[in-house]
Amino acid sequence: MSKRSENMMIDAGMRNDLGHPLDYRELNRRIREVIASGEDRLVLMNVMGQRYIASATSNPRMRIEIHGTPGNDLGAFLNGGVIEVFGNAQDVTANTMNDGRIIVHGNSGDITGLAARGGTLLVKGNSGYRVGIHIKEFEGKGPNLVIGGYVNDYLGEYMAGGTILVLGLEVEGSPVGLHVGAGMHGGRIYVRGGLEKHQLGPAACLADMDEKDEKVVSNLIDQYEQAFNIKVDRSVPVSKVMPLDSRPFRGHYDSTTI
Amino acid sequence: MRPNIKIPEKYRVVIDNDACISCKRCIKECSYGVLDFKDEKVKVKDGCVSCLRCVIECPTSAIEVSEKPSQFAPHAVFSPEIRRSIISQANSGGVLLSSCGANAEYMDIFNDILLDAAQVTNPSIDPLREPVETKTYLGRRPGKVVVDENGKIDLDASETPIVVMDMPIMIGHISLGSISYNAQASLFRAASELNIIAGTGEGGLHADFYPMAKNLCAEVASGRFGVTSNYLREVSCVDIKIGQGAKPGHGGHLPGEKVQKLISETRMIPLGTDALSPYPHHDIYSIEDLQQLISVLKESTEYKVPVGVKIAAVHNVGAIASGIVRAGADFLTIDGLRGGTGSAPRVIRDHAGMPIEIAVSAVDQRLEQEGLRDKVTLCASGSIRTAADMIKCIALGADVVGVCTSAMVAMGCTVCQQCHRGACSWGIATQRPELSSRIDIDIATRRIVNMFHAWNEELKEILGAMGIDSVESLVGNRDRLRYIGPNPRIAEILDVKHSGEGWG
Repeated sequence: MSKRSENMMIDAGMRNDLGHPLDYRELNRRIREVIASGEDRLVLMNVMGQRYIASATSNPRMRIEIHGTPGNDLGAFLNGGVIEVFGNAQDVTANTMNDGRIIVHGNSGDITGLAARGGTLLVKGNSGYRVGIHIKEFEGKGPNLVIGGYVNDYLGEYMAGGTILVLGLEVEGSPVGLHVGAGMHGGRIYVRGGLEKHQLGPAACLADMDEKDEKVVSNLIDQYEQAFNIKVDRSVPVSKVMPLDSRPFRGHYDSTTI
Repeated sequence: MRPNIKIPEKYRVVIDNDACISCKRCIKECSYGVLDFKDEKVKVKDGCVSCLRCVIECPTSAIEVSEKPSQFAPHAVFSPEIRRSIISQANSGGVLLSSCGANAEYMDIFNDILLDAAQVTNPSIDPLREPVETKTYLGRRPGKVVVDENGKIDLDASETPIVVMDMPIMIGHISLGSISYNAQASLFRAASELNIIAGTGEGGLHADFYPMAKNLCAEVASGRFGVTSNYLREVSCVDIKIGQGAKPGHGGHLPGEKVQKLISETRMIPLGTDALSPYPHHDIYSIEDLQQLISVLKESTEYKVPVGVKIAAVHNVGAIASGIVRAGADFLTIDGLRGGTGSAPRVIRDHAGMPIEIAVSAVDQRLEQEGLRDKVTLCASGSIRTAADMIKCIALGADVVGVCTSAMVAMGCTVCQQCHRGACSWGIATQRPELSSRIDIDIATRRIVNMFHAWNEELKEILGAMGIDSVESLVGNRDRLRYIGPNPRIAEILDVKHSGEGWG
């Protein structure tokens, strides 16, 4: 990498005359400027909840490091590149992500990965409610979401494709809440540490892990270990949640002409 | 007792065997399998939906379709339709589906409103000889006029993006999936030719249609189908779909049968799965959350395109609209009770929401009271059937009207309300290639262009007759309307005087 790349830094906590940190519009405008200038590395310091950071970034070589706490909608419509957060992320991280990689060295909030259809999201710690809602896949391209700790209710609701892995590190008992996979009609959810049938939502079921599943899980754990420099105990059994049907509401409707 | 009770047929098909030349064309044309050829004659089976494809295509006009007299004993309360629906539900146990707009006998308020015209004290204008402006601007108004050093108005000084259309008409959001490739291509091409905007619907944008993106409005619905950063940057405006007039509060459900290769590619979902749009956006539980989605779309498009919000007309529409404008929407679309759909539960289609006439006036008044009206473009849709409806809707408060069903009718649709079955004999609401090829894109485009051109000419005629030289001066000009219907309370709510009342 060139020397100037190493120096590309924006202080998001910089105060204006009124003592306010950088406004999100100004911050995002500067980020876009940096990306447009052909730089491929950017460090954001002292991020204080500024929203919509790096939305719609497309450059696959772009690497954005975030120190502090980015606000909601981090990396929305992300289409390439890497965003690495050294701190916690808030709600709707990776909203409708299409490609790229988001790594969070902390927790992420509710609806993480909403409607994503590609890319990878690795969260070291816990995540909130409705994680991975309505993620989907097309022709082998689907998102991979890995959450290291605990995930709350409605994980993978409406899920139409893609892969979610919950590792449950340092969690006692099942690392997922209730209504897992409610209304899911595609994709797969892996839960290290398992879950009970009563935790499943309608249209989801438990399935046996096969060789392919083991490979997928092992590969995702590799990525997690590498990203956070943690060793994951692979002897803990992993449960798999699958959709009962790709058409969960067949038979619910009557199209008779009356 | 039979497990299923047969529902009496609704339509009678009669073949005039003297006129019939046994060409069997009708049998090929009928996509519902009603006609058959046996013993050298066309035979009629059950299941006619009165789409009239065979009637119109028969080279010798030998087919007649008529409504059968009801075979149910007359009853003032239990209408035949109610009895049919009960029988059907007892047969299937399912939620009854239907399509197109509400088919219940709710008041059509447009027909109860009369337009004013200029006489003596204000002169009328002849639109064929004097200019009458129908250009319409979509987007957030700057709220101020900037004059440059030469004393000229600086149009580029506005901080917000504005889309210019040649008519106050937008072709509403109809997704690829609910209609065929050829039908959507025709709508988009017509919008380009007319320099108006067409909605893409929530199914994303097919690669072939990107060249027309400058006349398209991208829809971001709860399913986010096909929504990519590239797509958002290509189109001229972006619309967040919260609701649809035909099914307020309901999500989308494209059955797996329709999710074939073309749809699967465009929506970016696996072949043959149901395409489900969640009922709510799960990132929006409040106006503040809506503000976030508006903002993230503006950030993602670098503030270069207007971002709007579309809601169904529901009882508290005024307050909701106010919140949406405060959340930063550049334009706001209200879709009324009678708005169309490719598939909706009949119970919602016919029983939930508010007619667009009332909704548009209520929203216009509310925004006016709160000093917000001049900030946004207000679009109104939900059964704008003719130029007369359009003109009345604009005078009630809309800047732009959204039109869908009439554009379908221009392509051949007969409003038979079978869209949800995916077997549209006119090639519109179907994904079966042998049916969708019935739409010739060039001809269908021409027909849609013709219709809207005629509407715009009619708009000019009316504006001229009212003595108004620009459609912008008609927006919310309720003083030029009079109510002549049965319920004066409606006139009060519409803020329209009763017929016979003068200027005061």
